[in-house]
Amino acid sequence: MSAILLLVLGLGGMAAGYFVYSRFIAEKIYKLDPDFRTPAHEFEDGVDFVPTNRFVLWGHHFTSVAGAAPIVGPAIAVIWGWLPAFLWVVLGTIFFAGVHDSGAIWASVRNRAKSVGSLTGEVVGGRARSVFMIVIFLVLLMVNAVFGVVIAKLLINNPGAVVPVWGAIAVALVIGQLIYRRKIGLGLVSVVGVVALYALIYIGPSVPVTLPESTAGLSPNAMWILILFGYAAIASLLPVWVLLQPRDYINGLQLFVGLILLYGAVIIASPTVVAPMINFGVPEGTPSMLPLLFVTIACGAISGFHGLVASGTTSKQLDKETDARFVGYFGAVGEGALALAAIIAATAGFASLADWQEIYYKFGEGSLTAFVDGGAFILAAGTGMEMTVAATLLTVMAALFAGTTMDTGLRLQRYIFQEWGEIYNIGWMRKALPATLLSVASCLILAFGAGGADGSGGLLIWPLFGTTNQLLAGLTLLVITVMLVRRGRPTFYTLGPLVFLLVMTLAALLMQLRDFFQKENWFLLGLDLVVLVAAVLVTLECVAALRRAKGAANDESVS
Amino acid sequence: MSGAQPAARLIGRLRRWYRRAGDLGASYYNAPYRAAIARARRDEEDLFMLMVFSETLGIPNPATWYTLELQPLLLDRFHDWHKRMGMPHSPLDHFRCC
Repeated sequence: MSAILLLVLGLGGMAAGYFVYSRFIAEKIYKLDPDFRTPAHEFEDGVDFVPTNRFVLWGHHFTSVAGAAPIVGPAIAVIWGWLPAFLWVVLGTIFFAGVHDSGAIWASVRNRAKSVGSLTGEVVGGRARSVFMIVIFLVLLMVNAVFGVVIAKLLINNPGAVVPVWGAIAVALVIGQLIYRRKIGLGLVSVVGVVALYALIYIGPSVPVTLPESTAGLSPNAMWILILFGYAAIASLLPVWVLLQPRDYINGLQLFVGLILLYGAVIIASPTVVAPMINFGVPEGTPSMLPLLFVTIACGAISGFHGLVASGTTSKQLDKETDARFVGYFGAVGEGALALAAIIAATAGFASLADWQEIYYKFGEGSLTAFVDGGAFILAAGTGMEMTVAATLLTVMAALFAGTTMDTGLRLQRYIFQEWGEIYNIGWMRKALPATLLSVASCLILAFGAGGADGSGGLLIWPLFGTTNQLLAGLTLLVITVMLVRRGRPTFYTLGPLVFLLVMTLAALLMQLRDFFQKENWFLLGLDLVVLVAAVLVTLECVAALRRAKGAANDESVS
Repeated sequence: MSGAQPAARLIGRLRRWYRRAGDLGASYYNAPYRAAIARARRDEEDLFMLMVFSETLGIPNPATWYTLELQPLLLDRFHDWHKRMGMPHSPLDHFRCC
């Protein structure tokens, strides 16, 4: 089958979702009101609360939520065949992610732009807020550990990408200085930055860098993981304008360039999908598709992380309440499009089924490597680019996304540790450096604890990360649903996804628990148990909160 | 002459578009970090205020010789600063801002 068909069906479906379903949700369920005074106007202060053009806000929202996760998840999940991943990404984006993201903005805007965390405390209860903090910490911990492992793997598989990946950081540092200190216009700086970055990508393959077989007794993989965390720790302590801000900006440009190139190349080259529609001959040790598919692909179908962005910065800058539809729902569509590109690259970017099976020989393999290899194959065929340059381009793109998530994640983890230091009155924990070291140590324990001394097994945590991320989405959906119940509006459209997510999450956790027990992987078994306890708590909170809200709504209608 | 006018109009329009795109780009670049940068700037400002007023608060500071003449200029910002530092009223007798 031609990949173009997949592309047309997928993008067409999501576009229909935006034009039809999101309109229904916005008008009939959330009842977005163009005359509502949003917090951006009510508390306008020029810093946090600033009414912002909706296209700019969309760009910022989209590039904040889209990163490496919507690439990794689908690229692992196609092991069950392209159809399940395709359907979950497309339908998930239409009925789950879009509703969740725009709902999170709406809920926050209607509550003075509070974050989902404090909304959970206010709308649901204090206990739920504690669970929320723990779930967020787990999400950050896992995403940092996994991304460290993933980037290390990418750098080993593609030594030509080492120079451009680290060079991009130098480019970002220079851009930051030029804009902040020299006040040079963004347009010129962008052009120079992008040209420098692509020049690095072009020369990268001719100066490959590989680490020696053993450095102080550590394998190259373990060494890269340590280097990456060392970098992320330093980066997370620097003022944001020095590195994070310009790097985020370059990533944003890269995201658009990458998407346009990939989709363009698919249309020109028209590659054939070689992976099976449904893979009946999955490699031994692959877990059951149901329910694991729904936690393997979190970002790209529905992701709780979006709720944090939506209620954190986006809701404070929303000019009109009706913009929540465009910014939130269309932001989710953008991420769905990225996940779809990952699916196409990982299923159509191979010459034959045998080549594909060679990459997908074991569950958890494939992932970004398959995206890079497959995507490079399509890019080379579509644009005439050299295969090695194309692979370097995609490696740099994926590594930059994952790297930015790592240093942002580490920064947020540090804040959580500092807050705990505040709450429990532990003096040293309140300081930035010790809190950062604690965050790095916890991530390293996870990265190495999950898969042995060389850190190669870190991807085993991926489904657990997905599960935790879905729990976060569940909590946000709960807040939205309780708000809808209180307003006497239909709850099916948020309650349906909530119930589905909780059932799949609990089932996936139980299945993995059995799996880890059989494999005698006590470390992951323990981690699974922690997430399971959080999941059960979230479920109980959902039942209790909804019963309370329904009871209150009934009382009101009787009186 | 008639050919030059539409060209000039076109250039004018392009220039407006370019400026508008630049503004949107700048707000895209800055929007996510406004709060963090404002915080960082305030921290710097707090340190600076401490440098200027440390001697009057009883902390010996060799820089006072140079910063003394800045004090009147910083009077407006002094009130915000002492409030941020957790002092509801001015800690200095000769600096009665509130």
